[in-house]
Amino acid sequence: MARRATLFIPCFVDQLGPQIGQDTARVLQRIGWEVEFRPEQTCCGQPAFNSGYWNEAAPVAERLVRVLRSAEVVVCPSGSCTTMVRHFYPELLAGSPVHAEAVELGQRVFELAEFLVKIAQVTDVGAEFPHRVTYHDSCHALRELRLKEEPRELLRHVRGLELVEMGYAEECCGFGGTFSTKFAMISASMGDSKAENIEASGAEYVTAADSSCLLHIEGMLRRRNSRTRTIHIASILAQEAR
Amino acid sequence: MNSAPAQEFLRRAAERAADLTHRQMLRAGMDHYQANFAKGRGRFADWEAARQRCHEIKWEGVNHLDKYLLEFEARVKERGGRVFWAENSEEARNYVVNLAASRGVRRVVKSKSMVTEEIHLSPALEKAGMEVFETDLGEFIVQLRNEPPYHIVMPAMHLTHAQIAKLFHEKLSDVAGDDPVSLVAAARQALRRAFFSAEMGISGANFLVADSGLVAITTNEGNGRLCVSLPRIQVAVTGIEKVIPRLRDLAVLWPTLATAGTGQAITTYNTLVGGPRRPGEPDGPEEFHVILLDNGRSELLADAEQRDVLYCIRCGACLNTCPVFRAIGGHSYGTTYPGPIGSVLAPHLRGPEFAHLSYASSLCGACTDICPVKVDLHHHLLHNRRNAVNAGRGRFGERLGFKLWRWAMAGARRFELVGGVVRATLRALYALGLEGTALDPARAWTRNHAAPAIPRASFRKLWREKNGAR
Repeated sequence: MARRATLFIPCFVDQLGPQIGQDTARVLQRIGWEVEFRPEQTCCGQPAFNSGYWNEAAPVAERLVRVLRSAEVVVCPSGSCTTMVRHFYPELLAGSPVHAEAVELGQRVFELAEFLVKIAQVTDVGAEFPHRVTYHDSCHALRELRLKEEPRELLRHVRGLELVEMGYAEECCGFGGTFSTKFAMISASMGDSKAENIEASGAEYVTAADSSCLLHIEGMLRRRNSRTRTIHIASILAQEAR
Repeated sequence: MNSAPAQEFLRRAAERAADLTHRQMLRAGMDHYQANFAKGRGRFADWEAARQRCHEIKWEGVNHLDKYLLEFEARVKERGGRVFWAENSEEARNYVVNLAASRGVRRVVKSKSMVTEEIHLSPALEKAGMEVFETDLGEFIVQLRNEPPYHIVMPAMHLTHAQIAKLFHEKLSDVAGDDPVSLVAAARQALRRAFFSAEMGISGANFLVADSGLVAITTNEGNGRLCVSLPRIQVAVTGIEKVIPRLRDLAVLWPTLATAGTGQAITTYNTLVGGPRRPGEPDGPEEFHVILLDNGRSELLADAEQRDVLYCIRCGACLNTCPVFRAIGGHSYGTTYPGPIGSVLAPHLRGPEFAHLSYASSLCGACTDICPVKVDLHHHLLHNRRNAVNAGRGRFGERLGFKLWRWAMAGARRFELVGGVVRATLRALYALGLEGTALDPARAWTRNHAAPAIPRASFRKLWREKNGAR
């Protein structure tokens, strides 16, 4: 195998969580993979797609297919954006000249934890994070990509990390993209329930596969003056063992 | 999103979402359901196989409606029953009201039926001077309160024991005490009087069995069975999508419906109704009518993408698992069918001004995962959104916003430029303490969230600095 991975960095990670992108690269390099980033990439198109603007989403999606067309393996620190490419591109790009390529790309793009466990076949990435951590199952990672054990398996191998399960770990945090602003009260109510469960778990940190969920959860936790912090799973896995 | 129903929805949902007592009540009810459901699912050797089989049965029924409905009709007629095809609510309502009036009906008992809610049958009968009794306990309670059912399967789940006690003392005679046993006894007494004096019994149908012309009714209280055996005129009102090919299909549909609905292995009373009393039979009703309601279902049938919505067996599982339903409850939706299935159905049954419900979802997919007939619920919410936008129903500001977004995402330099400007603006505003104020362009977000720390540099910039161009 080539052992060369191409990064697919979601637009909001690029803009709001650059550390998560760097940490993703660091983890991949530490387990011996060469990492490349193609700066022509922008967004996968999900915001428009989820809002019903498929005509606007399609050219943006086509662009990403073209940018990543020659990549052998693509790794993305987001269950949601991975889902967009793998599960929704075939539908969104039906009739597009790049449809076949899009379908094929979906088979080569992987969420980070999925990639590590299933493709690189590594469960111990040599990280250390001496904290009590709970994992929130973000919806796309869990119910579209069917990733339940993979991220937990990785976390259990992190030195010093105590993994605790929260109640209702599989229940949506209420982010949902534009849902969080269009129906802010409903989203906040869901986020509040999530924050309650996170706090009740006694964890110091809540982690997840998606920075969008974590942004929402962090905003809710801080409004509650909670001491629990959010951290993306890539950033835990990137912590060097001392 | 600007329609009157949308504004009403936003108002009610916001009120409910902030109501902590309501949240706790729903949470407790749903926890109870989840525990029972998990236990019930565990009784299946292979729950996924059962879902798949039910999906296939409904696929067969719905994709061959033309054949199976006619077969059902022929079997019913052979036994002396009558079948009326109603194109819309009004036709169905008029048929039942006229039938009742022409037979001198004064009292009607009803078993639980969401279709009769959909066509607003009870108010029409009452307007025509008849007394209508809901005989499902939950429905009986919400009828006394003069409000619609809160949930497809548990119509009065939003009420506390104390509220029900107070209601019964106000509205019923012979209420011995406030304990559940006395309350149920009082309801039972009132309902028995109704059962024995009603001239007409109205039920819905859980399934219409084509090969045998039977109407399958499932209840936990036995009220359905009384409704279809005591009164001299029987009416079943049902949607056309309820038809299944064979009697033996119930062997898997019944337990799967029961488990998805309440976690039971099998619902307490499963009744098959066949028609009026025939010569030589000792008892049975004088007349038997089945009303097959379309009311928009044919159009859904014509929509190949969403046809599977017609597989729904109204078990309520998608409501129970939905985090949005858990936040806002059943009455906020303003539709006959609340929850995910209702949000998917609403634009089809009620029109485009109900498209907002398709947006009132985080698309988490819990509904699709639990659905016992595997309706692709959350993806249909996406389809409804697309349909609404393609029909030109997107807001002007949003349409423009996504045009700009598309432009910004069409090139890496534009993306970097726009992103940089937005970040610099937010950083400057938040440094001045203007987070969440009228000047904050991200106010829609910061109203409910503490603002995140906005990084100085993007990932691509950091990568370039470290690794060069690539």
